[in-house]
Amino acid sequence: MTATLSAPATRGLVQITGVRKSFGPTEVLKGVSLTVEPGGVAVIVGPSGSGKSTLLRTINHLEKVDGGHISIDGKLVGYEVRGQKLHELREKDILKQRTEIGMVFQNFNLFPHLTALENVAEAPVVAQGRSKEEARRRGLELLDRVGLKDRADAYPRQLSGGQQQRVAIARALALDPKILLFDEPTSALDPELVNEVLDVIRELAKSGTTLIIVTHEMGFARDVADTVVFMDQGQIVEQGTPQQIFTNPQEPRTRSFFSKVLEPAFNI
Amino acid sequence: MSSAATKAAQPTTPAQPAAGAGLPPDGGGLPPEGTGRAAADYSSYRVVAAKHPWRWVGTAAVALGVLAVAWSLATNPRWEWDVVAQWFTAQSVVNGLVETLKLTAISGILGFVLGFILALMRLSASPLLVSVSWTFSWIFRSTPLLVQLLLWYNLGYLYEKISLGIPFTDVRFFEVQTTTLISQFAAAVLGLTLNQAAYSAEIIRGGILSVDQGQLEAAAALGIPAWRRSTRIVLPQAMRAILPTAFNEIIGLVKGTSIVYVLAYSELFYTVQVIYNRTQQVLPLLLVATLWYVVITSVLSVFQYYIERHYSKGAVRNLPLTPLQKARKFFATHAVTNRKSL
Ligand SMILES: Nc1ncnc2c1ncn2[C@@H]1O[C@H](COP(=O)(O)OP(=O)(O)OP(=O)(O)O)[C@@H](O)[C@H]1O
Ligand SMILES: [Mg+2]
Repeated sequence: MTATLSAPATRGLVQITGVRKSFGPTEVLKGVSLTVEPGGVAVIVGPSGSGKSTLLRTINHLEKVDGGHISIDGKLVGYEVRGQKLHELREKDILKQRTEIGMVFQNFNLFPHLTALENVAEAPVVAQGRSKEEARRRGLELLDRVGLKDRADAYPRQLSGGQQQRVAIARALALDPKILLFDEPTSALDPELVNEVLDVIRELAKSGTTLIIVTHEMGFARDVADTVVFMDQGQIVEQGTPQQIFTNPQEPRTRSFFSKVLEPAFNI
Repeated sequence: MSSAATKAAQPTTPAQPAAGAGLPPDGGGLPPEGTGRAAADYSSYRVVAAKHPWRWVGTAAVALGVLAVAWSLATNPRWEWDVVAQWFTAQSVVNGLVETLKLTAISGILGFVLGFILALMRLSASPLLVSVSWTFSWIFRSTPLLVQLLLWYNLGYLYEKISLGIPFTDVRFFEVQTTTLISQFAAAVLGLTLNQAAYSAEIIRGGILSVDQGQLEAAAALGIPAWRRSTRIVLPQAMRAILPTAFNEIIGLVKGTSIVYVLAYSELFYTVQVIYNRTQQVLPLLLVATLWYVVITSVLSVFQYYIERHYSKGAVRNLPLTPLQKARKFFATHAVTNRKSL
């Protein structure tokens, strides 16, 4: 719980082992394995429909896996080991696990009928049993951290897209999660609003929280990632440091993807 | 008068470019170099509000129509307004009114509570709950309310005794004669409630479905418990879709209660009927009942306005002013201009 900034992170180890997931006849994840170290920043890239969102959603059990398993700090997500059996957790326990895993959505999903501060302060009270007063105080702190303290009483529809997404990040942080999942946090934003959100995420990357980010912002990925993961057709094709993946990809599929995505940037 | 105003305004239009010395006449070309030319200064000009002549014509026509109707209502002696006035607050009529309000309140509240449960059942993952809820709505929406009421009232004919116990055993907690249990009042409430529940279930379900799925997902991802998810996140947003139709239903129910006259239950409408059968003053007494229904509906409409406003929090960028606030603002600003002109 001690959130000292410089100390090496000791919590938030994510281990994904052979995860499979099908929707009807189509297999969307075909045995995905990935480890993200505590405090690490993994950026997942890949073509549309490759299963990036689905993988992210399995990590906090919004999507049940059909095979394989996911553990956080050695504890299985969504299941409990008893003897030789995996017992599915009850709703209550799943909710408790989810408070350790924050999620930020592409389209923000703020609650439109609650103010920015109410959005941030809701979950700590009902999911973690903190006092309203404490949740409020902490909420204001977090809004300050994302640069929106003066907009605490605004409703989401009164905020710009970039501001809404920053509130959403503050909301996810309010539960002191070990891990934060970002699903294309900037792709619903106008280009000039992208950076204000990316800057907030850059700050988080230094704070020791484990981040798993799906994004199409390659420059940002190169900046912030410890590990870049390239996914295609439900599989991890290649992973490595940004240096390895961006400048020296080994797999032909990775190379052809980046040649399409990165070329315009290099032409400038 | 307004056409004159429009004409009078026209000459100023071509005059404007002249006043705005730096602007090209068509406003389309590049501005001239502009060195040494200050932007036009309109600060001393007075703003003339746009005129809406047809709005005034429409307003006048409608006002005339309203006046004509009011005049005929007031002056035609056959409406017998004195009789209306005499019966409007008569004890028997007021008693009937109270019964009507009681029926509406009880069956309205019970109906919506049951409807809420039915809606949740219908949206649940259990096929049994879904089909029970569906069947309930199907049956009660497809039988006439009149038939339902008569059926409940005559339940004693179908089942002589009603007992509460454990099914398929001989254990009985209590047992009563059906006819003593199902009074006119009970039959009326039962009929109206169950019928109302079937309709409200669909209204509430529709409202819940109208809330974006992402909202539930976000709440789940934050670890907010299921009950809280429904009450704090989904329902307040669903209310916006539910309220207008729900108030339609309640207002329908106010007048719908008049159907229980078939049970000789002395609510407003039945009371009025009894009176005019005796006095033969049919139209004035129907008018008495009508006026009361209008009063109730008006009060409900005011409630509806403020409740809807409450739930539109955050759904509109800025809440519009209430009529009261508008009036206050109107008087406040006009007081200021009056003072200025003095
Ligand atoms: N609930 C669902 N039911 C059926 N198919 C689904 C469902 N969710 C996702 N899919 C399918 O799974 C595949 C992977 O989807 P996913 O959303 O994970 O892709 P993605 O990599 O996030 O793509 P994008 O970059 O466009 O967001 C797609 O083919 C999609 O159509
Ligand atoms: Mg996606």
